[in-house]
Amino acid sequence: MPLELRINWIKCDAHGMCAELFPELIALDEWGYPILDPRPIPPELEAHARRAVAACPTCALALERVPRRPR
Amino acid sequence: MSTATLPRILTGVPANGFISFAQHEAIHGAMPVLSRSRHDNALDLELTESGLRGQGGAGFPTAIKLRAVARARGRAVVVANGCEGDPASSKDRLLLERLPHLLIDGALLAARAVGARDIVIAVGEHATHAERAVEVALSERHDLRSGSPRVRVVIVPHGYVSGQENALVNFLNGGPAKPTAIPPRVFERGVGGRPTLVDNVETLAHIALIARHGAAWFRELGTTEEPGSRLVSVSGAIAYPGVYEIESGAPLSALISAAGGVTTRVQAFLLGGYAGTWVHPELGLQLGLSDTQLAASGATLGAGIVVALPTSACVVAELAHVADWLAGESAGQCGPCINGLAAIAATLQGVQHGTAGDAPLEQLARWASLVRGRGACGHPDGVAQLVASALSLFAEEFADHARHGICDGCARRRILPVSSPLARRFAA
Ligand code: SF4
Ligand code: SF4
Repeated sequence: MPLELRINWIKCDAHGMCAELFPELIALDEWGYPILDPRPIPPELEAHARRAVAACPTCALALERVPRRPR
Repeated sequence: MSTATLPRILTGVPANGFISFAQHEAIHGAMPVLSRSRHDNALDLELTESGLRGQGGAGFPTAIKLRAVARARGRAVVVANGCEGDPASSKDRLLLERLPHLLIDGALLAARAVGARDIVIAVGEHATHAERAVEVALSERHDLRSGSPRVRVVIVPHGYVSGQENALVNFLNGGPAKPTAIPPRVFERGVGGRPTLVDNVETLAHIALIARHGAAWFRELGTTEEPGSRLVSVSGAIAYPGVYEIESGAPLSALISAAGGVTTRVQAFLLGGYAGTWVHPELGLQLGLSDTQLAASGATLGAGIVVALPTSACVVAELAHVADWLAGESAGQCGPCINGLAAIAATLQGVQHGTAGDAPLEQLARWASLVRGRGACGHPDGVAQLVASALSLFAEEFADHARHGICDGCARRRILPVSSPLARRFAA
């Protein structure tokens, strides 16, 4: 099952740490809030993703294993 | 489609005041008692076969929701959601104020099916007569004996998003009427931490009738995917604005004729309210009013809302006005919603007055796609939909305004309603 990043938008305070630590899949909008790349996280980048999650000062970012559901 | 007749829910709706319990029983018959055991939940079965979907806007299958609550651990709570945040919608208010017994029936039936002992009827504060109508209706219910669920009526502060499921549950738990992070889902942990079934009041009214007449009866009207009838609030340049019950899938033209036709030339219909989609009148009138049929035009009926915008109105001014209100209705919790909606609203004002900077329409389109999916609730997505569909249908009008500023139509009275809680409190 692929890993996905999730943001709790109520907690996110635009600290931008996540984009700094995981620029491969996280960009920032003009107000400093993260824009997630919708692609699943490639296994070789999982460590970066974990680092970003751990560094978020408001614990707004989480990694979730999501079963791929047909949409 | 068949010869089954309408109205169903709106049968006997009084022009003033509300229906008595005796009148209600005379019209619909007594509320049936449906069997419920571990293996046999008659209401669940009927609802599954009926194909009923939630009428609050999301359109989720009602039976699946009910089953999730019935199976969750702990004593369940049923919430009848009559908050109705969209100012262009008035069907829930009509049900609460004129036909309270139907939704009370639905709530009692649902409570029995999920094993709930508590029912909350949540009334939007703008529905000024609803609390009294529901309280009187409850006092008339001699079928509410000891052992029946406790029913309380709660007034919910005005807000476009306060009727959102999580916001409503948060409010009932003593918090502000603002959406919360998901999970937990309310069907697992809702009011008082208990599994909670939140159903729109129209959905409950349909449940009351399906319990009486069965799924096959419900399916005598409507389409295979979206059976039955539904309530639609019609307003704008319409001879008799109001709430109409239509067969699901009926063409918009039939609804408009039922409402006395348009009063002047119409430049567009807004379907689905302020999270909805603008459609060209010629195309629009032929559209079948079910989400499956509307999907081809990128539209939905949302909570059942149709507004006819006359050609005399300035669509840019209308949208700027509504977007400004919607930005103010952000619950102020999520960055992209707060900043994105404010930017969209400010830029629309600039476009209307011809004072926006470089490429404002491209900016608007970009923000509309930027805010989608980036909030704790669907509010930014709804605004994005409303704005993006206006930009594409009215590209010329917007370009014209961006270049030349205000037009004659800008000075006319706005057609699209917004509501200020203060104004309403004084008017009440
Ligand atoms: S680090 Fe956390 S708070 Fe900062 S932008 Fe990323 S998710 Fe938001
Ligand atoms: S998305 Fe907007 S309206 Fe929804 S919870 Fe966040 S701030 Fe509030």
